[in-house]
Amino acid sequence: MVAAGPNRIDPYLIPALDGVAYGLLVFVAASGLVFCFGVANILNLAHGMLYAIGGYTAAALLDGGWASLALALAVGVLAAAAAGVLLAGLLTPVATGNHLTQALLTFGVALAGGSLLVAGFGPDDPRVRVPAALDGSVVVAGHRYAAYRLVFIVVAAVISAALYLVVRRTRAGMLVRAAVDDPEMVACMGVSPTRIRAGVLAAAGALAGAAGVLGAPIIGPGTDTADTVLLLSLVVVVLGGLGSMAGTLLAALAIGEIQTLGVALLPSAAPFLLFAAMAAVLAVRARGLATRWRTT
Amino acid sequence: MRNEVIRWGRGGVAALVLVGLVVAPWVVDDYTTAILARTLALALVGVSVALLTGVAGMPTLGQTAPYAAGAYACAVLGSRISDVGVVQVAVAAGAGAALAALTVPLVVHARGVIVLMITLAVGELVVTVLGRWRSVTGGTDGLAGIPAVRPFWGLPVLATDQARYLYTLVVAATLVGAVLLLLRTRAGLLLRAGRDDETRLRASGHRVPLLVSGAHVAAGAIAGAAGSLLVVAQQYISPADFGFDTSALLLLGVVIGGTASVGGALVGAALVIAARDWLFGVLPGHAPLVLGALFVATVYLLPSGVDRARLRPRPTDVPPVHPDRPAVREHAGAAPELRT
Repeated sequence: MVAAGPNRIDPYLIPALDGVAYGLLVFVAASGLVFCFGVANILNLAHGMLYAIGGYTAAALLDGGWASLALALAVGVLAAAAAGVLLAGLLTPVATGNHLTQALLTFGVALAGGSLLVAGFGPDDPRVRVPAALDGSVVVAGHRYAAYRLVFIVVAAVISAALYLVVRRTRAGMLVRAAVDDPEMVACMGVSPTRIRAGVLAAAGALAGAAGVLGAPIIGPGTDTADTVLLLSLVVVVLGGLGSMAGTLLAALAIGEIQTLGVALLPSAAPFLLFAAMAAVLAVRARGLATRWRTT
Repeated sequence: MRNEVIRWGRGGVAALVLVGLVVAPWVVDDYTTAILARTLALALVGVSVALLTGVAGMPTLGQTAPYAAGAYACAVLGSRISDVGVVQVAVAAGAGAALAALTVPLVVHARGVIVLMITLAVGELVVTVLGRWRSVTGGTDGLAGIPAVRPFWGLPVLATDQARYLYTLVVAATLVGAVLLLLRTRAGLLLRAGRDDETRLRASGHRVPLLVSGAHVAAGAIAGAAGSLLVVAQQYISPADFGFDTSALLLLGVVIGGTASVGGALVGAALVIAARDWLFGVLPGHAPLVLGALFVATVYLLPSGVDRARLRPRPTDVPPVHPDRPAVREHAGAAPELRT
């Protein structure tokens, strides 16, 4: 090819940008699961359902105006957070720390909740209407690109930054990080682990719900949304090293690029990259990760 | 004395269940018979899940991988080379064992929830391969029109649902019996000892990684053989048979049945799969709701049935304290047991 320099990467600019949007979406969705896993030590298989709640809310409420977006965001976040608190309540009487029991319980909730969502919103994948002002496309470096995705990248980056600041700087964030490192010590300080667990699951639900509403035009609500988001989030959480926000963000962006740029560059290998990366990272770090897991 | 009674009771229940399974095809209609045959295949995969989760202490979400390998090997063999059942079961078991052997380096050093994650990734990878390797697997359309199987050279082909069910039952019962015998040997005891206290077993000179690898390959072979039974029962396979929900349902069924007991796992997996299929027919559209509610209820009703598997990675410096779990209890016969 004669094309050199910027022209060679040109065809891959749009997939790369898509990858950033996808990665940030997965990050916001997966950060809730990081809290569940790292802080509350809960194997939450219902996490995808929390995202689906947000997605269906967006599909039901969005009508092309800004007010509906704000309303959908508020309702979706509240509903998903409430579902998270419900999950925490269900988990409380069960012996904590046994992942298989948690898997049984949360998978049951995911099945039942998914069925209720399908019963309430119908078995077909609903159409999501973004605000009319963002429905068109804008020109990025000579290419047309969906305006909504561009705005989404900005919004998701803001959410991620806010999340980072909350976890780093606020007392609640410090308690959460302390609970990752030493739950017994936090309990000794007079903070109830049950309340931390409820708070963490509520926060996880809120994050997943926000991701579901805002990301509905990217990973739309449907019957297999919950599974897709759960698997993606698990991969991101594992690749990100469990409990590290920066690691999770990097992993999420990598996953986003694999799913978009990878498909454009290596169409035959890309579908395998996701889980191959996960298996390889886990196997290589099996011993180190095992000790880490125990301490967190 | 009491143990004797319990043992006899279990034996009696197991015999009753076996008799019930043998006469079932003459009692129920053809459709239910076909469903039962498929349930048997899945319950056999459940046994392999229990072998890893409960006996070896490696909870798995990836037994659908060797299961799929066995099923596709059997389907390709059945439609192109041989319709003899013995050959098909052997080749399917070999394919499952080979796939499991390939993944041994991934799981042999991992424990607990990490195994869960690795096996999940392996299972998803295999489903991806099945969906894309069109020339062999037929892609997402799957493989249909697989010729009927004949159990042995010279025997007639199995043309009815009843015959196929009985063939499935015989193969599954043989393999379950073999697993039960295997667990009574020294290797089975060592496997359980490794689950309970790996450090001590290593200290006394046993090679735990070898034991774990052996269990992994054996479980793969069983799942592979179960795959050939699925082909016989269903005569059609597609990647949808081996998805994440199948492995999750199997693991949960095994957890409900009591992971360390082969009989319990068999009953648990069969119950969950049967409940899913039955609910699907009775309450179209609401089956997942009822199944999910049943899972949640099970957690509260069977609190002691689910604490067998050690899912947390074992501490290397702290001696495990399980004075209340005598290993002797696991010498259960084929009896189904639901711990209460």
